[in-house]
Amino acid sequence: MLSDQDRIFTNLYGLHSPGLDAAKKRGAWDGTKFLLEMGRDWIIEEMKASGLRGRGGAGFPTGLKWSFMPKKSDGRPHYLVVNADESEPGTCKDREIMRHDPHLLIEGCLLASFSMGAHACYVYIRGEYVAEKYALQRAVDEAYEARLVGQDNVHGYPFDIYVHHGAGAYICGEETALIESLEGKKGMPRLKPPFPANMGLYGCPTTVNNVESIAVAGTILRRGGAWFAGLGGKNNTGTKLFCVSGHVNKPGNVEEELGITFRELIDKHCGGMRGGWENLLCSIPGGSSVPLVPAEQIIDAKMDFDTLRGLGSGLGTAAVIVLDKSTDIVAAIARISYFYKHESCGQCTPCREGTGWMWRVMLRMAEGRAQRREIDMLLDVTKQIEGHTICALGDAAAWPIQGLIRHFRPEIERRIDRYSANPHSDPLPMAAE
Amino acid sequence: MANRRLAPAAEQPQSFAFSPENAEWAKGQIAKYPEGRQASAVIPLLWKAQEQNGGWLPQKAIEAVADELGMPHIRVLEVATFYTMFALEPVGRFWIQLCGTVPCDSCGARELKDYLHKRLGAPGHVSADGNFSWLEVECLGACCNAPMAQINQDYYEDLNPELLGKLMDDLAAGRPVKVGSQIGRTSSEPKDAVNTLTDPTLFDGSRVGAWRKRFEETGSEPASTGEAASSEQRAAADPKPARPSAGRAVGTAAMDTPVQRSAAGQAPVSAEDRKAASDETVSTAKEGEVRPTDPPKLDAPAEIVAKGEAAGAEAGHQSALTRGETPPQPVVSGASEGVEAAETEEARIAKALSALPKDASPEQKADAVGRRPAGLDAARAGGPDALTKVKGIGPGNEARLHALGIYHFDQIAGWSRDEVAWVGTYLAFPGRIDREGWVAQAAALASQPKQ
Repeated sequence: MLSDQDRIFTNLYGLHSPGLDAAKKRGAWDGTKFLLEMGRDWIIEEMKASGLRGRGGAGFPTGLKWSFMPKKSDGRPHYLVVNADESEPGTCKDREIMRHDPHLLIEGCLLASFSMGAHACYVYIRGEYVAEKYALQRAVDEAYEARLVGQDNVHGYPFDIYVHHGAGAYICGEETALIESLEGKKGMPRLKPPFPANMGLYGCPTTVNNVESIAVAGTILRRGGAWFAGLGGKNNTGTKLFCVSGHVNKPGNVEEELGITFRELIDKHCGGMRGGWENLLCSIPGGSSVPLVPAEQIIDAKMDFDTLRGLGSGLGTAAVIVLDKSTDIVAAIARISYFYKHESCGQCTPCREGTGWMWRVMLRMAEGRAQRREIDMLLDVTKQIEGHTICALGDAAAWPIQGLIRHFRPEIERRIDRYSANPHSDPLPMAAE
Repeated sequence: MANRRLAPAAEQPQSFAFSPENAEWAKGQIAKYPEGRQASAVIPLLWKAQEQNGGWLPQKAIEAVADELGMPHIRVLEVATFYTMFALEPVGRFWIQLCGTVPCDSCGARELKDYLHKRLGAPGHVSADGNFSWLEVECLGACCNAPMAQINQDYYEDLNPELLGKLMDDLAAGRPVKVGSQIGRTSSEPKDAVNTLTDPTLFDGSRVGAWRKRFEETGSEPASTGEAASSEQRAAADPKPARPSAGRAVGTAAMDTPVQRSAAGQAPVSAEDRKAASDETVSTAKEGEVRPTDPPKLDAPAEIVAKGEAAGAEAGHQSALTRGETPPQPVVSGASEGVEAAETEEARIAKALSALPKDASPEQKADAVGRRPAGLDAARAGGPDALTKVKGIGPGNEARLHALGIYHFDQIAGWSRDEVAWVGTYLAFPGRIDREGWVAQAAALASQPKQ
């Protein structure tokens, strides 16, 4: 188990005050000026050395992302945008950071902005997080009052941070959709290129980072990229907030080293599996977008980016949804399909039409009211959607179904057979519902 | 996609206006964003409108927000129907949004749904007593506390039908309720099983500063390397305001944008840039390339202006430019100074304005920073010019200019710097006149024969 001394989010559970004084005692804002004086290149090098991979789901190296920003301004301002539109089903970690350790986030914003030459930062909080918005705003006000940020701050680097509030659209977690939304439009993703680092918010160079990626920056720079890289495994370094939900005895958030095994994570931190390990059916290890992994494969798997990718899934946001044998797995995936149908922004046809189609077929399959050949047809449709949309929502809608068919095809077939073996008085199909 | 429509006309109120305090609040929100980007505040303003209107958003409120932000109504309507948290139909005094996505679904959200069905009927309807309406929504991001619901603005977690029923009774009766976990958890910790973060040294401040040892050991000092020193100097020499010129790339003299390049007859994105952009490992800024606006060259603005004006004189002959060279720009200055000068002037204006009391009238503010241009009592014979031909002047601004006695292009073309500052402040968008080049545009329009 990770030692307490190596944990970054020391107030994860809100057992202590989130205020500035308490945060300073926990190590936030400690020597920030010293770190800034080390220079932008040093900061980016340290971040690269830490091996930190973005915590928002895609796992792109954070230091590298920062280095994409133009080194010299061409007259346009640079922006840092923090993605706090946490809406991936299963994920509830950024919420804890914003309400319990907000100063780590604000300090990280300053450090990251400095390293990218940005003087303004917007934190885009999802609409439902009203209390979190107030908590973060309170912390921002405290930081302004203590002149830690602002035009004339003690760090000598003019920097403004603004809290922006969204209004409940999953798609705004996609970086270009978030930028569109921040500009006051519908959150519809943009085509890339141009990449945000070149043309993002208001047409200016912009970097969009997840809350957790930014909030760990201060501690990494203080303790060194080498310290962070020493935790976890190669290419999967450091600590990560895991959000364990579903059928475990004591669901909860916990910060752990990447590469902890699934079994250890559940046993040590979540009071074990409900009904014992034999009762585990499968897990969705990275938020609803990633394919599920059946029990026998996940149980001793290391929870990191590469291992889970090897299992045909992904770490995503490390939102571990645990499902036991009482779960109607087909209905559960159908519910996920409904989620994507609901959240599709409607811009690309494969996703707009496909998500609804897949959901309707999944509903029938959950009952068994389908033909065996439709399983292959469904799989084929998911492949047609995957990779044919502007953003990854189309992929995210396709993967859970692909995972289901890959691992639970016999279950779907069993239902179809059972249904067709019994007499039903189906209503005659109508032309249009 | 969700199909969302406005409430039927019968339910729509006849009018909507922000209360004075909300209008004040809205101004504060708009100020968060760069000038000319007030559309960014659309979501916060819609939120406030919804809050003021008892939890739902009528058409009049959408239009009021659009007018407040100078946006077309349809743009705000698009936003209001896109984002699912804007309720377009009346809701109960307590609006219950029940999370029904997989983590909650697998932990008992279905029982909650059945309970709500039984108690309140179908979702989307206000109960007879006006207290409740409910809706199943997608993941609310409190999955470790599943199942949960959001009632108005607050999260109620770790629910079961019994707890939810009691909660609803308490809310309806006005009894105090506990927000958050209903089974005694502080937040999202494993219930009664926290075995981490127990080390007291994490919280007593004893670890503060311990990390500095690694810098003392290696002997590295801040800014000891040349590279670090130079970046430090650059940061010091370049104290850019956080919201300089609104991110409006187009108006500044040294910009090199696709639009301008295509106007100059080049490919909007050069083959070289395309290659660079597709290579994710390199920064898009070219190493060593110094653009004319880089701060250390203090004489640069003057040069740009000289160049820009010279080029402007032979406008139309924009032959192939090499990248990195300043593309010829239309003259954008008010009288003789360039945009850079205007930016420092913006700072001066901001300073002068900050000295004024908050409730100063637009005239008082404007008088503090500039001189009021002489106006005419009425338009000259032949009627006023169509000022809206100047890019940046809409019907609203035209009316306000008329009120100042400004009716003709040549009046605008003749503004001095002080007068530009006055009008800019009066119309509450200092700097925009320069960025949009009203003076130069007006001069060009004035020289055209009237149609």
